Amino acid sequence: MSLIFDIKRFALNDGPGIRVTLFIKGCPLHCVWCHNPEGISPLRQRMYKRTKCIGCQSCVDICPNNVLQLTPDRGIVAIKPDECARCGLCADECPSLAMEMCGKHRSVEELVGLVEKDREIIDQSHGGVTLCGGEPLMHHDYAVEILKAMGEQGLHRCLDTTLFAPTEVVDEVMPHVDLFLVDLKMMDSANHQHFTGVPNELILKNIYHISEAGANFWIRIPFIIGVNADDDNIERSAKFLASLPKKPLRVELLPYHDVGKGKHERLGTTYNPTAISMSAPTDDQLTYARLLISSHGLTVV
Amino acid sequence: MATDGNVAYRKPGTKMNFQLTHPENEGGMNPRIKRLRQQSVDTPTTLTIERALIETAFYKENYGKYPNCVLRALNFLEICKKKTLYIGEDELIVGERGPKPKAVPTFPELTCHSVEDLHVLNTRELQPYYISDEDIDTYAREVIPYWEGRTQRERIFNHVSEEWREAYLAGVFTEFMEQRAAGHTAMDGKMYHEGLLDIKARIAEELKKLDFINDPEATDRQQELTAMGISCDAAIVFAERHAELAEKMAAECNDPQRKAELLKIADVCRWVPAHAPRDMWEAIQMYWFVHLGTVTELNGWDSMNPGHIDQHLYPFYKKGLEDGTLTPEKAKELLCCLWIKFNNQPAPPKVGITFKESGTYNDFTNINIGGITPDGKDATNDLSYMILEIQEELHELQPGLSIHVSHVNPDKFVLAGAKVIRQGHGYPSVFNPDVYVQELMRQGKTLRDAREGGCSGCIEVGAFGKEAYLLTGYLNVPKILELTLNNGIDPETGKKIGLETGDPRNFKTYDELYEAYHKQMLYFVDMKMRVNNYIERMFSLYAPATFLSLFIDDCVAKGKDYYSGGARYNTTYIQCTGLGTMADCLSTFKKHVFEDKRYTMDEVLKALATNFEGNEKMRQYIINHTPFFGNDDDYADSIAVKVYDDLVEAIDGKPNTRGGRTCLNMLSTTCHNYFGSVCGASANGRLAHFAISDGTSPSHGADTNGPTAVVKSMGKLDQTKSGGTLLNVRFIPSLLKREADLEKLVALIRTYFTLGGHHIQFNIVDTATLHDAQECPENYRDLLVRVAGYSDYFNDMTAQLQNEIIARTENDEF
Repeated sequence: MSLIFDIKRFALNDGPGIRVTLFIKGCPLHCVWCHNPEGISPLRQRMYKRTKCIGCQSCVDICPNNVLQLTPDRGIVAIKPDECARCGLCADECPSLAMEMCGKHRSVEELVGLVEKDREIIDQSHGGVTLCGGEPLMHHDYAVEILKAMGEQGLHRCLDTTLFAPTEVVDEVMPHVDLFLVDLKMMDSANHQHFTGVPNELILKNIYHISEAGANFWIRIPFIIGVNADDDNIERSAKFLASLPKKPLRVELLPYHDVGKGKHERLGTTYNPTAISMSAPTDDQLTYARLLISSHGLTVV
Repeated sequence: MATDGNVAYRKPGTKMNFQLTHPENEGGMNPRIKRLRQQSVDTPTTLTIERALIETAFYKENYGKYPNCVLRALNFLEICKKKTLYIGEDELIVGERGPKPKAVPTFPELTCHSVEDLHVLNTRELQPYYISDEDIDTYAREVIPYWEGRTQRERIFNHVSEEWREAYLAGVFTEFMEQRAAGHTAMDGKMYHEGLLDIKARIAEELKKLDFINDPEATDRQQELTAMGISCDAAIVFAERHAELAEKMAAECNDPQRKAELLKIADVCRWVPAHAPRDMWEAIQMYWFVHLGTVTELNGWDSMNPGHIDQHLYPFYKKGLEDGTLTPEKAKELLCCLWIKFNNQPAPPKVGITFKESGTYNDFTNINIGGITPDGKDATNDLSYMILEIQEELHELQPGLSIHVSHVNPDKFVLAGAKVIRQGHGYPSVFNPDVYVQELMRQGKTLRDAREGGCSGCIEVGAFGKEAYLLTGYLNVPKILELTLNNGIDPETGKKIGLETGDPRNFKTYDELYEAYHKQMLYFVDMKMRVNNYIERMFSLYAPATFLSLFIDDCVAKGKDYYSGGARYNTTYIQCTGLGTMADCLSTFKKHVFEDKRYTMDEVLKALATNFEGNEKMRQYIINHTPFFGNDDDYADSIAVKVYDDLVEAIDGKPNTRGGRTCLNMLSTTCHNYFGSVCGASANGRLAHFAISDGTSPSHGADTNGPTAVVKSMGKLDQTKSGGTLLNVRFIPSLLKREADLEKLVALIRTYFTLGGHHIQFNIVDTATLHDAQECPENYRDLLVRVAGYSDYFNDMTAQLQNEIIARTENDEF
């Protein structure tokens, strides 16, 4: 069963207006810069924050499988990670939220109820609900169910997606999406494979597909110096987008940040294990890239 | 209308942008305003003993010769006759409360500062009031001996019961009126249609009508009306003296332009306040004389206020533009002159607990713009926008500014306000007329009078020009719970100051705990009201405000003073503080002690007694696993609603001594810091002596679900039953960078107001900046931040208050 790993109210940057964003766990891509690495695995995961830990051992004591241990230098470590039943008792018992369990089953009705709580501000700001991940299309049945239910409430629905999914799946969700927020990471497939773990032909095909079908979509490009911020990639991206049967309503550049780093630490995984050089762009670099894209007749933000 | 993209902060070169923090922008600034503003900002605050000397000499000579109201009016006349005048270079609007800008008089008839007080004020590090040793000696010789035993403060403290005194010293409540007059007065538009000579004519009519046979109060009325007449004369004399001075200065002036200005000033001062103003210059000067009269006579403290100034001045503005006697630039310059006048009047210094509860130079003048007309229509006009510009450009400590956002006001106006909010000076704050009109009507005002109302100081509302609403002090609600948990004993001192409501260890249910608190709360509310009523009588008897009474309907018609029920509406406010802390503490007990039984009452009480020492695990568990107020969680929110409703029931509607009623509001100013300092650790995990929650905001850091959840929680309180609530929200600046972000801020405001919110205010500053400002204060001399119902310089705050502001939840989207 699919899991929700975060619900963000007052989301300001996930589509038009003020929105509630729902994060579905699990993603087929493994982007090195990923800022939501807890969204990659579809399974429940422990996240542990050393700086919040008060060393009380509540989690160690409660664990039915004796998975955890307190060490003097690294705090809580999983000594038998394979025996973790992902039951979450450790997190329930942790007083300081140092130990958290990421991923929770949520019924569609429950989600609708949560979003409805923000109805006033959604209406006032012409916002809505955004389904995000991970990659929501990895759980398309669940995604469709959610989107359908939200649509019945008259809510504006965004799907934040890589479009790395079979085209039939895209067809299945399309009637239930008011606006796609599509990630376009880079144009060169080999590079794409190198940085995200998958090639990009399917993604480009699906972008063309939703465009041809007349769907509304925004393109969002994570803008990372050392990865995809070179003029060649930006130029190619812009050309591709400008050539589509229906252009994106807007193109957004999302400047790189390394929030994902702390989350990897909490998951016990390594951020950017091959030490690829990545950095945030300067304002000038951003402005230049925006100009470059808009020179192709695209609306850039 | 969305215009996405990175819109720069208002460009320095923008027309009429006076923003001083950008040196490159000085070119666009009117040099006169620039000089006046700089002078106002740079002038140190001093104490002047002149008012006290004039008054003391007058009292020595005349006390007992006249009825008190006439004595007060003659005293006011004496000050107006003798006070040193000031007309500064560059000034167009004239008159100061002291002999020069930022010279603050004392009011020994209310509270007489001791020699020690004066030395402390002169030398303290934060917010000093400079005074020479010579003046202190004179004060000790001429002023202090006369007032010993005769001040309002002594009258009050000599009267109160031992129980009241103990509760007061323990910090269960404060008392505003123990050393200051009530203040919190805002004007309607009368003065722009009626000069003091017209009012004198009305007074004469009323005197003629007196019926000494059938009206048992006729003599009282005669005396009060006589006193009001004298007060008219006093203000006219004061203005004419300014006219004479301006003429004299003009005669000595070689600069033809300044000479002409001085002669114009003289003309204006000959005309107003005796007559109704004829143009914008006269209208502004009219208000300023009324303001000075009020704060010189008595109400030296707190938020004397022009009210809806954009509505009042607009007809003069329009007429001036139409007949060619005025340009927008000239109007703006005159308004700037007024703005600088406000900044020239720091609050008079307080002593003792009253200083601790609210330490600031800010005198809380809160200009209201926008909102609705008395007919319920959109009241915004060109001056509303001009005033927003002025506020942004001058960004002084005073005056404060609030925008009033009804459903009839256009988004354009709210967006213009949001742009100023984004600058991060903590103003304008935002009020909801659609709700406060209901509040005022629930209290018994007519629809029209309610629509003319607004906010006078921080968040409290009143019917402008028609109401005497006295704020009487704060109630420390979490302290009452602390006393309940200790069976009436104050754990800070070991003294028994509350009721014995039983040992909580024996309570079987949450309801028993709540019931005990409720009894305790009623006990202290009664105690507070008893003394409020006494103090009201003392003001009526010893400190009538015969000048202010001229401008508040229906004092003249009734022949009764502002402090004696002369106003059309007479309200007494008690300000309840710490709702968020209260709700969170009760939620903790309900959830963990009575429902889940994770902890026993004894365990929690022991942890509180030891400030959670050795109990960090419990403290963390409570902080992170308890439903807290401000998260749109009915579990905690319903507790907050209950606490609030019960406070309303205890306070609201009780008669006061002026024919009106008591009401509550939820203001805290900086009192939540003082109140926190007298409370031990609380059950929500708050450590001993740290601030309690402010206004109606959630506790520090308790709101973890973002601002939408906060406004939803707040919307569950029926705010129309109060006379004002207060919500602080802090955003990091990067959230408001783009034009589209401002639209989202507008949506948040509109949403909260749709949900029934009374007021919301913003701090747009990030934690890193505040930490940096603590470390390098010299780099942040002009960092203004929102405190409670007002903004203050970060550098002028105690470290405790600074830390409290830093601890407020920062909303950062990522």
